[in-house]
Amino acid sequence: MLIELQDVTHIYDQEQNVKALDDINLEIDEHEFIGIVGHTGSGKTTLVQMFNSLIKPTSGTIYVDGIKTTEKKANLKHVRQTVGLVFQYPEHQLFEETIYDDVAFGPRNLNLGKEEVDKRVKVALDLVGLDFDEFKERSPFNLSGGQQRRVAIAGVLAMRPRVLILDEPSAGLDPQGREKLKALLKRLHQSYNITIILISHRMEEITQLSSRVIVMDHGKIVLNGSPREVFSHKEKLEKLSLELPEITEILFRLRERGCDIRTDIFTVEEAVDEIIKVIGSKENVN
Amino acid sequence: MSLLEVKNVEFKYHGQQEPALKDINLEVEQGDFVSIIGANGSGKSTLAKLLNVLLRPDQGNIIVEGLNTRNKEKIWDIRKNVGMVFQNPDNQIVATMVEDDVAFGLENIAIPSNEIRKRVDHALDLVDLTGYETHETHKLSGGQKQRLAIAGIIAMEPSCIVLDEPTAMLDPQGRKEVIDTIKFLNKEKNITIILITHFMEEASISDKVYVMNEGKIQSQGPPSEVFEQIDYLRSINLDVPVVMEVANGLKKKGIDIPDILTIDGLVDALC
Repeated sequence: MLIELQDVTHIYDQEQNVKALDDINLEIDEHEFIGIVGHTGSGKTTLVQMFNSLIKPTSGTIYVDGIKTTEKKANLKHVRQTVGLVFQYPEHQLFEETIYDDVAFGPRNLNLGKEEVDKRVKVALDLVGLDFDEFKERSPFNLSGGQQRRVAIAGVLAMRPRVLILDEPSAGLDPQGREKLKALLKRLHQSYNITIILISHRMEEITQLSSRVIVMDHGKIVLNGSPREVFSHKEKLEKLSLELPEITEILFRLRERGCDIRTDIFTVEEAVDEIIKVIGSKENVN
Repeated sequence: MSLLEVKNVEFKYHGQQEPALKDINLEVEQGDFVSIIGANGSGKSTLAKLLNVLLRPDQGNIIVEGLNTRNKEKIWDIRKNVGMVFQNPDNQIVATMVEDDVAFGLENIAIPSNEIRKRVDHALDLVDLTGYETHETHKLSGGQKQRLAIAGIIAMEPSCIVLDEPTAMLDPQGRKEVIDTIKFLNKEKNITIILITHFMEEASISDKVYVMNEGKIQSQGPPSEVFEQIDYLRSINLDVPVVMEVANGLKKKGIDIPDILTIDGLVDALC
């Protein structure tokens, strides 16, 4: 088990007793791709900040890579190297004069030799699709928003985390930017065996990438399963004012009109084929 | 005379080789709901800044209610007529209490206090924030903050409101709140709206769409016509709604359905 939470509760405002996390029990295995959804204020961000011990819970126990992080003398340095966290709008945290220095900031703090730092910066920039020689000397502040975000992600990747958490990484990106990000996450997961935990409001992203989906509401995990399982709970999700993936919505609506159609499909191509299969055969009958 | 007219406008940022806007022409009438869509860098925000004289055109003219934005003496009259709402909800709020924030612009132009009270209450009512008068602004959600920003603009009684990607930083709930508010203001209160967005779903509720790419208006018309060109829109890096992709996929495979903009439309066409 890579990450384990036992009876974790977190209270931000002691006076008002607002539970940001309410008795969470959760296990995450190596090499999972987990999507976390929930409306604003449901506890998603607080939950992932527990994973790399950025905040400690009010009560409960957390293990990360065998280390009990809720203990006072826990080796948090190891935990933070294992679990990399990309915040919302991470480009706001760029600060160095050159892209090289920004990405190298973390590795240098690990006291790695110059050659190793060099290598890590190269690999990280290559992963996010930025050419090392073209970009290393440039200022991160003269890049487009999408490029800045990729530099920020490269800074986390240069730490070689085994788990990568991303909080709304596609917010504000245009369609091309989002496609590039999706391809990067797929590659990190499949070719580099990195465990990925993705928070997103974009249901399409969640269904196309995740092997497991966690739905949060009022600090609790209310659904936890494969995308097919989770998005079959249409009414429950609507009650939580969460949107269904648009494709799922279309298929459910057709089903309500009496079409005998599958609703567990998440790509446009498959949906088109399924609709033709069902509508086409109906027309033949008529 | 149109409410707002943009004629042959060109604009170049200092130090840039290429103009950010080339040969822009558009007209907006009182009560119109116009949207301008385009990818990042297409020039749509630059156009917005020209409309309320944050920038002035290098060539061509922009006429707002008969006033040319080149006329430096009329700059404040024009800005009063063209209210702007920006992307980041946190950058537009100046006061710590909701009603003070709405009153800020009015106090600056020395409106009498009983009139301010009336306008503030009316504006908060229109954006559905009645009851929040004495709430602290920093505790509002993103969608509420944007609606508050809209209320501050409405209180100034401009002849049109320009919204520059007002939902880009909001969650789905907040987006819905803001879009519903904009729709209500236009359809029920006849307020002229110019909505700049890269979400085609949002543009689909307007009366007329202008598509911008590389500093030019490349296409214009009612949403149903403009959004037919799905492959073109995708090629200029716009978000094509999933429902239109599905409809397009069905058409390509020989299913005969009309132009589709909404899930309701698709479901009706199929069943």
